[in-house]
Amino acid sequence: MTLDPGQFVLLMPEIFVLTMACVILVVDLFLSKKERVISYWLTQITVVIAAVLTIAVSNGETELLFFGTFIADPMAAALKVFIYIVVGLAFLYSRHYLALRGLFKGEFYVLGLFAMLGTMVLVSAHSLLTVYLGLELLSLSLYALVAFNRDTYSCSEAAMKYFVLGALSSGMLLYGMSILYGLTGTLDIDLMGQILAQQETHVGLVFAVSFIVVGVSFKLGAVPFHMWLPDVYQGAPTPVTLYISSASKIAAFAMVMRLLVESVGSLQPQWEGMLIVLAVLSLAIGNVVAIAQTNLKRMLAYSTISHIGFLLLGVLSGTQAGYAAAMFYVITYALMAAGAFGMIILLSRAGFEADEISDFKGLNQRNSWFALMMLILMFSMAGVPPTVGFYAKLSVLQAVINVDMVWLAAVAVFFAVIGAFYYIRLVKVMYFDDAEDKEPLEPHFDLRFGLTANGLAVLLLGLFPGSLMALCHQVMS
Amino acid sequence: MVLADFLILGAVLFGLSVAGIFLNRKNVIILMMAIELMLLAVNMNFIAFAHFLGDTAGQVFVFFILTVAAAEAAIGLAILVVLFRNRRTINVDDLDTMKG
Repeated sequence: MTLDPGQFVLLMPEIFVLTMACVILVVDLFLSKKERVISYWLTQITVVIAAVLTIAVSNGETELLFFGTFIADPMAAALKVFIYIVVGLAFLYSRHYLALRGLFKGEFYVLGLFAMLGTMVLVSAHSLLTVYLGLELLSLSLYALVAFNRDTYSCSEAAMKYFVLGALSSGMLLYGMSILYGLTGTLDIDLMGQILAQQETHVGLVFAVSFIVVGVSFKLGAVPFHMWLPDVYQGAPTPVTLYISSASKIAAFAMVMRLLVESVGSLQPQWEGMLIVLAVLSLAIGNVVAIAQTNLKRMLAYSTISHIGFLLLGVLSGTQAGYAAAMFYVITYALMAAGAFGMIILLSRAGFEADEISDFKGLNQRNSWFALMMLILMFSMAGVPPTVGFYAKLSVLQAVINVDMVWLAAVAVFFAVIGAFYYIRLVKVMYFDDAEDKEPLEPHFDLRFGLTANGLAVLLLGLFPGSLMALCHQVMS
Repeated sequence: MVLADFLILGAVLFGLSVAGIFLNRKNVIILMMAIELMLLAVNMNFIAFAHFLGDTAGQVFVFFILTVAAAEAAIGLAILVVLFRNRRTINVDDLDTMKG
């Protein structure tokens, strides 16, 4: 076995992000409080250059690197680019939020970059070992980020819950991986898929797959493995919540693709049943419980659970179109979630989180442009045309109907209609209630720019969904 | 010794650790011990399979799991210290300010 140095070229984005994260960690030590903004800009530049590198080195072909542990394929490249976009947005929105709370420190950006590196490794993983390492790099950075506001009690409680349940889910996943390894004798995902395709399905395989499904659904936050999600969303600093609900969901989708579809794809009839149960429960509990919430971050957490239900619908259909629809769904959902949490950041001030639904009262009187952006985001989450959320839901439902599971599509539509209630309630609060705090909202330029771009992107992707949809279909074929 | 013995040991350890996480209502440190035990149960599985398959990949995996477990314990204990500073207790039942 020899290593071809040319392989390092395809690994350039990861190497670059790792190097820059280490550089920023050291540079930050020598910066005074006033110069701290340098770390912020270095981080943003890193994200942009990583995006350029990823696009430059991806050649539309699938290549296996480092003895089959790492894969560079179109799906990985596309998902990575969208991860850069949402991570860049998370950093952009976080700057003033952190500065107002005395948390504007280099560690936030270093941890954020390491988490991003974790998502990149996870997206490109081609061996159970790389899946595990990418996942842990992402999770460990996120545990620390959730506890970032260390003097707040809710942050530390959320971090502890996230840590314990995250570690439990990693353990479950690892146990399933160890059995899969024992049954196939390999850690390589493609090879495992080939070996399993020739084997008869037996109880040991189903046992292993159920552990994998449990581990993956913990990470996604599907019911009944969702209990960490509302508490973590509520307790974590809002930019970190944004990160968890956008970038880490894209990575979790990639994990589902690599583990369930590529390695144990021949057991699709077995995991299909499990995913149907998870999807229906997620849609039901997510949408119904969200109605009862008064805290907006908590409501968005339950809404995430219901969106995960939709994502699972696309995956469980087991067709190329279904996977493409799920990918479209997760990308657009990440954009919507980034925008919605960005709006919470926009309304917050020092010592005031703006995470109650009542804090949005009369937003239209205070700043009608951002009320409009929030309206677009909420309509998109509810799935109202012409926003992108409508096409995402439509394509997932089409995929489900194409495999003759009309009842499942009917259930999904039923709960989506229930879910529309709480999104539209927020719109009502913004437009028809009187503001308690009449002070007009004058956000900073970067928040203004980011949220406008984010809201308009959701609308424009809804008007012209063709190119993103074509991309998703192309990378899945 | 046959493979099944090791797998049963691994399964028992794994079951104990999961039970430890769900039944324990007293102390967060016990939760961390249960988490470590869970990773060790998985290591037992990997080592047993690697030995009986005659393949080293499983043993290499164990090294990585051990390293990650150390990092995980470090972060977990750091969060524990932060929690104790804020709340003056590490009782699992007291972690209940967020509900709904």
